[in-house]
Amino acid sequence: MNNPLDSLWGTVISGVVLTVVLYFVVKTLIGG
Amino acid sequence: MDFVPALARWLHFMAGVMWIGLLYYFNFVQVAALKAAATDNTAAGITKHVAPRALFYFRWAALVTWLAGAALLGGNFVSAFTLQPGHAAIGVGAWLGTIMLFNVWGLIWPNQKKVLGLKPATDEEKNRARRVAFLASRTNTMLSIPMLFFMAAGAHTSLYFG
Repeated sequence: MNNPLDSLWGTVISGVVLTVVLYFVVKTLIGG
Repeated sequence: MDFVPALARWLHFMAGVMWIGLLYYFNFVQVAALKAAATDNTAAGITKHVAPRALFYFRWAALVTWLAGAALLGGNFVSAFTLQPGHAAIGVGAWLGTIMLFNVWGLIWPNQKKVLGLKPATDEEKNRARRVAFLASRTNTMLSIPMLFFMAAGAHTSLYFG
């Protein structure tokens, strides 16, 4: 499997996915 | 006006723009430029004259950004880093920024010194250093996306979390 960080688009998409995941983590933490 | 947080926020923004701006320059511009330059032997212009200057402002802007951010958190520093409910959003942003600062000073800069010939290294060491620095830089580009989201969300929690 290729490393997504080798491509610029893979890097950006990974960042967006991580943002969504962390958003729901924080939403849970603040009781939203 | 409360001068310390006001000046810290201003400094945090200015240094942050320089840090992340140069990070995006490296990842969106310089990596592709070096690849193209390798085909006509013009890469030295970038590695000798551009990259060392860009790295100088990049690494020091990273440190100033973090210190100004810490000053801005002030008494909320521990609450943020322990992700307490009222400070969880800015806390996640602060953790991501801290990991990125470590990547700059612990991985990117020491390895770039070998790549650029500022520190003696064999060709094998240079190749390995180039890969480590590249992946750390790409990791920071990836982390910058949620980091900037949570910096914005931390200052406007109700807008982002309802």
